[in-house]
Amino acid sequence: MARVASTRAKVGYTVAAWIVALVIFFPILYTIITSLKTEQEAIAGFNLIPSFTLSSFEAVQSQNNYWRPFTNSVILAVGSTLLALVVAIPAAWAMAFSPTKNTRGILMWMLSTKMMPAVAVLVPIYLIFLRTGLMDTRIGLTVMLMLINLPIVVWMLYTYFREIPGEILEAARMDGASLRDEILYVLTPMAVPGIASTMLLNVILAWNEAFWTIQLTTTNAAPLSAFIASFSSPQGLFWAKLSAASVMAIAPILIMGWFSQKQLVRGLTFGAVK
Amino acid sequence: MATRQTQGLARLMRAPAIILLLIWMIVPLGMTLYYSFLNYNLLNPASVSWAGWFNYQYFYTDPAFFAAIRNTLVLVLGVLTITVVLGIAIALLIDKPIWGQGMVRILIISPFFVMPPVAALIWKNMIMHPSYGVFADIARAIGVQPVDWFAQYPLTSIIIIVAWQWLPFATLILLTALQSLDGEQMEAAEMDGAGPVSRFIHLTLPHLARAITVVVLIQTIFLLGIYAEILVTTNGGPGNASTNLTYLIYRAARLNFDIGGAAAGGIIAVILANIVAFFLMRAVGKNLD
Amino acid sequence: MGRITLEAVTKRFGDVEVIPPLNLDIEDGEFVVFVGPSGCGKSTLLRLIAGLEDTSGGRILIDGRDATDTPPAKRGLAMVFQSYALYPHMSVRKNIAFPMRMAGVPQDEQDRRIASAAKALNLTDYLDRKPGQLSGGQRQRVAIGRAIVREPSAFLFDEPLSNLDAALRVGMRLEISELHNRLRTTMIYVTHDQVEAMTMADKIVVLRAGNIEQVGSPMELYRAPRNLFVAGFIGSPRMNLITGPEAGRHGAATIGIRPEHIRVSATEGAWQGRVGVSEHLGSDTFFYVEDTGLADTITVRAGGEIDLHHGDTVWLTPDMGHLHRFDVQGSRMA
Repeated sequence: MARVASTRAKVGYTVAAWIVALVIFFPILYTIITSLKTEQEAIAGFNLIPSFTLSSFEAVQSQNNYWRPFTNSVILAVGSTLLALVVAIPAAWAMAFSPTKNTRGILMWMLSTKMMPAVAVLVPIYLIFLRTGLMDTRIGLTVMLMLINLPIVVWMLYTYFREIPGEILEAARMDGASLRDEILYVLTPMAVPGIASTMLLNVILAWNEAFWTIQLTTTNAAPLSAFIASFSSPQGLFWAKLSAASVMAIAPILIMGWFSQKQLVRGLTFGAVK
Repeated sequence: MATRQTQGLARLMRAPAIILLLIWMIVPLGMTLYYSFLNYNLLNPASVSWAGWFNYQYFYTDPAFFAAIRNTLVLVLGVLTITVVLGIAIALLIDKPIWGQGMVRILIISPFFVMPPVAALIWKNMIMHPSYGVFADIARAIGVQPVDWFAQYPLTSIIIIVAWQWLPFATLILLTALQSLDGEQMEAAEMDGAGPVSRFIHLTLPHLARAITVVVLIQTIFLLGIYAEILVTTNGGPGNASTNLTYLIYRAARLNFDIGGAAAGGIIAVILANIVAFFLMRAVGKNLD
Repeated sequence: MGRITLEAVTKRFGDVEVIPPLNLDIEDGEFVVFVGPSGCGKSTLLRLIAGLEDTSGGRILIDGRDATDTPPAKRGLAMVFQSYALYPHMSVRKNIAFPMRMAGVPQDEQDRRIASAAKALNLTDYLDRKPGQLSGGQRQRVAIGRAIVREPSAFLFDEPLSNLDAALRVGMRLEISELHNRLRTTMIYVTHDQVEAMTMADKIVVLRAGNIEQVGSPMELYRAPRNLFVAGFIGSPRMNLITGPEAGRHGAATIGIRPEHIRVSATEGAWQGRVGVSEHLGSDTFFYVEDTGLADTITVRAGGEIDLHHGDTVWLTPDMGHLHRFDVQGSRMA
């Protein structure tokens, strides 16, 4: 549309859009502000100017040992994503570049496993974890998170790989590249951006997972999602500290999320909307 | 380009993912099905017996079950309506030429990256708390009695929280779809004398139809499994007022230790999800060709 | 050396036979063009020669050696793809170097060949750019450069000009022809454009539904098309094909006469008609003559200065020496 909107209309749209954006963002903004208040300020009524104290952050860290759930979150999110990539990259590669008549069926079936409600398998998974000693261990939860995100990882990689034109691989073959050369010099460099996007989105999904992390951990392996959920009990009713804990839990992923908007659409719609 | 030597290798490369997912799908689901026909309570693990259809009958006659089904549907439909309608409106707005579009997008997408327990806690304490929340501050400022949201409108409160979490997703996908709308098509319609409203109805909406379908179906899958938001805010109460199917099954399994009953509930949840999944697969599957 | 022989080469996809047993000889140094409408199997045939598809039957000999089961890299052929298939993450230099790197050519030899290819193809200033920063014509030249440095026994081109605009296409056509004159290496070139086939080829292979309809030099195909399909495919504008009583008068089921072999007159001739659309190209004028009672329209080429207008009555006279006669099966009659 090569038409220049009038400046007045643009001002109107801009004001409206910013109001909407700020209203939607407000709960997060207010939490950030509150985390910088003292406890007294936090319950002293509506106030957008904090005293910029970091005491709540220090308190959360010293009283609740914030670093343990934080470390657990990092290990679980990154670990489960890497594990999923190890399994998914070869599978997606094979399906994208050597498709058979079953490929479509296999992909749809993989997607269907994602449709299974988590709660449907709560009982057996819970019992298996109890009996095998996997309960409240990082390894058990890492494998769980890997399994629930595996279909999305395969799908995302598949849609990225499929965009690599087959003629380029054929050109490499004509140019004398062996299968190893083809993967090393042609395919991998071209696939890296797609793999990175997939990784980013799955770290976000794993970080925010809040069903299995709550069900399968108590203290040792509890990541931030489970740790924060425990604040719902009365001991957590300290507004500034709660805000500080919340900010620390969402800040890293919020920033990663801002960089992955496009991939988010693609990943979560299984390539149906690009 | 499929030559003989690559085929065998391809099969080998697909195998781990397929086998893992196959196990992940069959084993736990089979166990759930099996448990659903047992009298099995973790408080009394020694006496396990065959229950036949009892667990299903028990669920079916439990008033909490119907409340949970109703709440699940209200939750899903409520959130879908809010997110799709507002999502279209916001997408249309930020698709216009505005200053700072990148920043506006970032602000709007942000709630999606907030993990469910944090989202619930923020709303519970910062916004909806009857004494210290922002809503209460506003109520007092205009001189009305603050609302105790989670006691008076538990399900509505949860719908608001979940809608806030999913609105960015709907907006972003609808915006992406909107941006692929052919500008020349719009100009052609304008030349043909179509006003803004009829352009929206006859061109924009049909163009968005596919994206809306995808939003509705994917959100439904996730909304059927809403759990942490309820756990953190109302614990399913007061009574069963904000208990959905997922939460009911969680309560049966983890708080009542009723393995058989929870398993039967799980099977019902699977059936429910499959109905939705059937439609989702058809919508997404078309994109594969 | 680059002599390629196909012996009863067959290709089936599942139950569909896209190439029935086919025999073809390509001499060393020849410029051979496979031409035909889309879906005629010409690209498949090229990919069979390249080794990118497995044959379902028959043998492919390169320089007398059976290469049927040789992987593409070992056949000593180079290919230029329709999409150019450049490696997007590598610079032009690295793209051109890639096949040499795979073959383990020493670095100084690589540099020498890159420099000479870049000079020949006008790429010297672009060697450190990425393919994404180049125009379509430049990308095409990089793809050709990548093929040249391998010093292959034959070049394979798969519709290399179809992604270029008309003006560039003419330029590249000349460049490829020049390249062939200079290297004298066997080239096999696939196109659906009969103009490319006519202008570039030493030998044209016309394909339809996987079958070879005719093999010959451009002028052989022009002068003596073996059947109606070749007659209609080679030459621009297309040959006029006339059936019915007029054909019967010449003892044929169909007669063909090219637009350039019909004389136009405002006063007298064999066939009467009315001028429909006329296209003035300056040097030539094409008339589409209607209401002749012979065919829907008869296309005629005339000189550039002729003065005839829409609706005028014209008389057409075919040059009997260039009349083509075809029987009921569509085959050329002696």
